[in-house]
Parts: sequence; C-alpha cells; structure tokens
Amino acid sequence: MAFDAKAARDFKVVGTRVARPDGIDKVTGKAAYGADVSAPGMLHGRILRSPHAHARIRSIDTSAAEKLAGVKAVVTGADLAQPEDDFFADVAINCLARDKALYDGHAVAAVAATSKSIAKQAIRLIAVEYEVLPHVTDVDAAMKSDAPLVQEGRALENVPAGMSQNVTTHCRFGHGDLDAGFARADKIIERSFRTAATHQGYIEPQACLASLGSDGRGEVWCCTQGQYMVRANCAAALGVEESQLRITASEIGGGFGGKTSTFIEPVALALSRKAGKPVKIVMTRDEVFKATGPTISTSMDIRIGMTRDGRITAGRGELRYSGGAYPNETVDMGAQAAFAAYDLEAVETVGWNVMTNRPKEIPYRAPGAPTAIYAVESVVDELCQELGLDPLDVRLMNAARKGTRSSYGPTFNDIGLVATLEAAKAHPHYAAPLGPNQGRGLSCGFWFNFGGNTSVSLNINDDGTVGVVEGNPDIGGSRASISMMAAEELGVPYDKVRTVIADTSSLGFNDITDGSRVTFAVGLATIEAARAAIKEMCGRVAKIWDIDEDAVIWEDGCAKPAGPNAGTHPPMSLAEIAAIASNTGGPIAGHHEVNADGAGVSFGVHLCDTEVDPETGAVKILRYTVFQDAGKAVHPDYVEGQMQGGAVQGIGWALNEEYIYGEDGRLQNAGLLDYRVPVASDLPEIETVILEIPNPGHPYGVRGVGETPIVPPLAAIANAVSRAAGVRMTELPMSPPRLLKAMTG
Amino acid sequence: MVRVKLWGSLRALADGQEWVEVDARNFKELLDQLVIKHPGLEPQIKRGVSLALDGVIYREAWFTRIGPENEIILMPYMVGG
Repeated sequence: MAFDAKAARDFKVVGTRVARPDGIDKVTGKAAYGADVSAPGMLHGRILRSPHAHARIRSIDTSAAEKLAGVKAVVTGADLAQPEDDFFADVAINCLARDKALYDGHAVAAVAATSKSIAKQAIRLIAVEYEVLPHVTDVDAAMKSDAPLVQEGRALENVPAGMSQNVTTHCRFGHGDLDAGFARADKIIERSFRTAATHQGYIEPQACLASLGSDGRGEVWCCTQGQYMVRANCAAALGVEESQLRITASEIGGGFGGKTSTFIEPVALALSRKAGKPVKIVMTRDEVFKATGPTISTSMDIRIGMTRDGRITAGRGELRYSGGAYPNETVDMGAQAAFAAYDLEAVETVGWNVMTNRPKEIPYRAPGAPTAIYAVESVVDELCQELGLDPLDVRLMNAARKGTRSSYGPTFNDIGLVATLEAAKAHPHYAAPLGPNQGRGLSCGFWFNFGGNTSVSLNINDDGTVGVVEGNPDIGGSRASISMMAAEELGVPYDKVRTVIADTSSLGFNDITDGSRVTFAVGLATIEAARAAIKEMCGRVAKIWDIDEDAVIWEDGCAKPAGPNAGTHPPMSLAEIAAIASNTGGPIAGHHEVNADGAGVSFGVHLCDTEVDPETGAVKILRYTVFQDAGKAVHPDYVEGQMQGGAVQGIGWALNEEYIYGEDGRLQNAGLLDYRVPVASDLPEIETVILEIPNPGHPYGVRGVGETPIVPPLAAIANAVSRAAGVRMTELPMSPPRLLKAMTG
Repeated sequence: MVRVKLWGSLRALADGQEWVEVDARNFKELLDQLVIKHPGLEPQIKRGVSLALDGVIYREAWFTRIGPENEIILMPYMVGG
C-alpha cells in the first residue's frame, strides 16, 4: 500500500503521546503474564535437562519417577512426533531430545505432578544413561576438520565440499573489483573480531499452561511473540491438526526476538495429553539461560581501504557465526547488513554458519546485523584515527543515499542515513568537550524491516465506540499505536478505541511479532479495515438520505453529503450511524488481510561518550544519544522507548554480557548475578532524536523502529572505549578484565 | 524477458552468472523459470527467498508484476527478532 496522496495531512491523533492502555495494569500488578494463568486440577510440569554438552542418550528409565506419589505423567522425546520438515523437527527435538543431548541444558524428559516440589523430586528419579561425546563450543574450533560433529548431514548445498559438517550454510554478497579498490587505498586496515553470545534478557521467563485431551483438542495460554507460531510448532510436535489447538498469548514481559520459538509448550501439551489434566510449566532463570535461545557468537575478519581524504575504496568481511546446535541462516542477514551504510564501488561479505554445542540460537533484535556492523564500524573508526579524519565527516562522505547500489544488491530509494548523520553532526553532543580517559564513539546502524502476514478486524460497536482485534502480542506498544491509527482514520477520539490481541481461533493468521513489523503492517491493515468500515457506514447513510453512495464522504468522524446532487443533510456521526445499525443492515465492521511488503529499510546513528578507569578497566557511559529515522512516529514515547531500549541492550552486549563456557562445555554463568545486564545506575539518560522521513510503503509513512536501535551501540561503544583507552578493542564484551589486559599489555 | 541478480553464493549454482535472464511477468513465474533454467537454485528457492523490486523488498507476493524496466534482485528470506 502506497503512501497516501494526502500524506501532508494534519494528524490529529497520530504523533501525540496518549496514555498507554496497558500502563495501569502493569504498574498495579493486574496484568496477567504467562505464569499468572491457572486452571482447576492443574498439574505442575518440570523438565530434566542434560548435564553434558554433548552426549548420546543410551536409555531413559522413568519408572521410579512414575511411581512417586503425586506424579501423573512422565514424557520423553519419544512422546513427541517426528515432523518430516527440518524446521519443525528441530523445534521438537529442541523441546525434548531424542538420540543425543546437544548442549548443556538440553531437555531430555519432563514430569507433571500435583505440586512443584513433587515434580522437582520426580525429575531426580529419572535415570538417564549417557555416553558422553566430545564437544565444541567455539565457532572457529567447530570449523576445523577434526572438530567433534554436533550433527551430521545438515549442511546446505551452498557449503563447499571438504568442510567440517558443522558448517551448515555459506553465503556471499557484494559487487565490484576488490583488488582494484584496495589498490586505490592510501591506508588499509585488516582486523579480526570476536563477539560473545548474549541473551535477549527479557524479564519474564517462558511460562505456559496447556491442556490437551485424548480427542486431540487443546488449549495453550503462554507468553510468546506469536501465538500462531506456537500453534504451528505444537501441532507439528504433537501430531495434531492446527484447527484443534487454540493458543492465547498472555501479557508479555519482554521478547526482543527471544520468544519467537517454542521451548515448553509442546512439552506441557504432551504431559497434559498423558495426564488428562492441564499442565503448567514456568521456566527458572537458570533454564532460560541454558535452554532458550541466546544470539550468535561470532568470529569475523574485516578489511577496509581508504584514501587519505576519507573515501572508502573497498571493503571485505568474512563472518563466522555460531547459532548453537542447529542450522540457521542468521549470517545471511549479517553479511547483507555489514556494509549497508556505505556507498561502495567494491565490497564483498562472506558468511558461514557453524553448529556448536550451545543452545539453539533464537533471533535477537536485528539478528546478525549488530555484530557485523560492529566489526565494520570499528575498522572505519580506526582508519579515521590513523588518517586524522573526522569520523562523522567520513561517514557522510561515504554514506549510502538514494541511487546507491547497496552492498547487498538493490539500489536504495529515499533513505534517511544522510539526514540522520547530519542531525548527529549538528547536535551539541558531537561538539561537547571530553576529559582525561574519556572517548567519543559513533556508529551507523541499519536494518531491513519487513511486513508480513496480517489480519485485522475492526468492529463498530452500537454505542459508537470501536474495537480493533489484531493477532500480534504487544511487546512494544502496538495496542496504543493501532488504536491511534484506527482513531485517526475514523475521526474519533483515541479513548473511543480499544485494541485487543486475539487468540488463534478468533482471527485469521498473523506472523509473529518480529522484524519491526507490527506498527507498520498491523497499522496498515488497521487503516484499511477502518476504510472498509467507513465505506460501509457511508453506504448506510446514503440509503438513509436516499442518495448515491458516491455522494457521501467521510470527514471528521462523520458522514457528510458531497457533490451537486447530494442535497443538504446534517452530518451523521459514527455514533449516530452505529446506534441504528440494526435498522440499516446489521453490525458494521471492517476487515483486512494482507501479506504486507514495502516496510522500508531503516538507519540510525549513535553517539556515545565513555570514561575508562585505567586502574580497573571499568567503563562508565557518560553520555549517549540516538538518532533514528522512524518514518512517521505514531506514538513518540514508544519510539523513544525503542531507541533507548536498544541502546541499553547494546551497552550490555558491548560491556558485560556474555555466555561463558567451561572446559567441560557447560555454561558457567546461567544467572543474573553472573550474567550482568545493565541496571539503571550504570546508565545515563539516553537522549533521542527522531527523524520523520515518511516511508512511501505505508499510508501514514510509518516505518518499523524496533530493531535498528540495537545495531549501532556495539561499535559506538567500542569506538569510544578504544579512543579513551588508547587501544583498539576487538573482542566483546569489553569487560573490565579484558579491557585492563588490553591496556596493560 | 527480465534480468534478475543472484547473490554471490548462488552464482555457482547458475553457471557462474551474476545476472540471469528469464521470461517472466511476475515473481512466481520468475522463480519457476529460475528453477527450470538453473535446477541448482531449487533448494534455496524452496527454502525461501526475498525479491527486491526497484529497491523495495518483498518476502513473498507471487503475483507482483515485473518487467524489463525493473531492477530485480534475489535475496535471502528475511528474518527478524
């Protein structure tokens, strides 16, 4: 759907900072999250997990657990179906292992009991005979020809022969003559980088309540980023039809991509089917770290050439990503995004996805992009340092813009990078003085955004209020933004509209809440649903006035006569039309179903000031400013919140967060005491500057904003720390011991 | 005829060509023709691809009209978080 011709409209609701509809419930504790749901006769589920990084499961003896009083069901991988499709098979095997435990924490069996304590006691009675196998948790080690094989036969056809079977995917992007480009450079820098796996760090652990009868009909209440995804995964894992499963998404305490898969719902359903009662499973934080998906760990080589006046002549990147014990294609996204901010004549990125004995990678905001762009932006910054150039001027000189052939192929249309860089340059932050041991870093960021499958139903209630039913869990304020767009289009006040999230049996299919898609795609569908309702209302009024439908227009929330033969009729408001709907043809509603495209790519620029303690290696974030092209900001508070949240998560990724594995391949820090996420006292106020460059693919010019903000922080902080410390940091996180070691040699 | 650009690692599966010409009026015909002319591309196309039409990325949308005047770029299927 294209940008409205009336795009220069004077928005009345969109762009304001209305009260969020979930605010009171959340601050008073009324909001019902995944763990808050219960049912009569409910059992408590508990999962037994592998203590080994890699082991063949020779046998599982559940007899002692089954005999324990209060235990109503025990399941293993044999109780789940074996889907033919690789994707669904991986999901099922990740929920309950079959032949092998692939990582420390991999689920191998589960029990349902009448109390949590009995369930906990019961899993200790399950005897698993393991044959411990050699393991590998490092991405570079896993690529070696003699590395232990995590799985066999999983490599795609694009992987060259002769590589370790742990390498599952290969990709290559780019254009131009690299040799000629590097030959034109006055300075070439080549660096290798490593980044640790990090977790999405959502506050709410995965939780569900599931019920499945012997007739194959079931219900699940769970916290998820996509109830339709849960339905598909559970149907495949249980061998039942999707129509027989009804999935309801609870309020969600954060997702950031981490709740775009299923870990416990199929297990709870399998237990319920066996026990004949509803089963609730709530993950512990330890389980969340060990068995839900962190992001990738990486090893990367970047080579960039630059002329002495700052023109980049060529760039090449080789990215090695590990997505844990299963194949994935995240490196495709990283390899495409790595150089996207630049207008380059010669560029190439090569990517490899590699299996290791780690938990299955699950997307984390802009999956694949932050690490690749961290490496590229670090080398660009070092070139600027070496050549004595202003890093912002260099980025402006080389910035991708309309007509640029992007590093991943397509030619850019109107994009907001140059405007974003110019806003950063003009901001007081960029010129503010720095003190001793302080450094300033900047980085560009990029993300694709997308739309996807979306269904919306909009109902005109008989009291003149409006109900919008959409199918995407609200993880970023979408109920507010969707209500605002409905109110805008219908011409009614925001508080007359309520948006709710449907279960899977109440609305057509929706893709998961990911890809920064919801405000864009659901908003687009909501506007179209409102337009359908308006058309219906105008038709009803035309009958009342006995004039042609074409002679009725919708303006300011009212139907009005228009045109030479329309006559003179007083406007009829939405409430007046709704009140007599029964007399004019029945209920009034609008619907729209679409697979939305045209989301439009997004750019951001982050500026960061840091101070390094030369005695301890500790880093303090002094000042942080985010600049981002948001398209039309429907609710600026939420847009700013996304920008601030991405920056904060990036600060954690850059400075402290990491999955630490021991020599035994076991995760050493599966808790928030040892896996350190930023807390309020670590952070300055994150300043935000929203640029509103309309997206031509949306009627209001809306662009996704949820993922781009996590892309630039890694490099912005690394560049600031490297300048403050006087040493180029090439490994994340830049934790105090690592930084101190780098500074002291 | 339309020209479609393949990303680097697909070229080995299409006789080393960066740009491939096929007779197609929409995305579905384009993908069908790519598989007929270059069977090595079939596994990737079955797993999913995106297509950029004049700079706008489409993840699916079989019946999007295309012509020789358009810039058409084959891309991996987009995923997000």
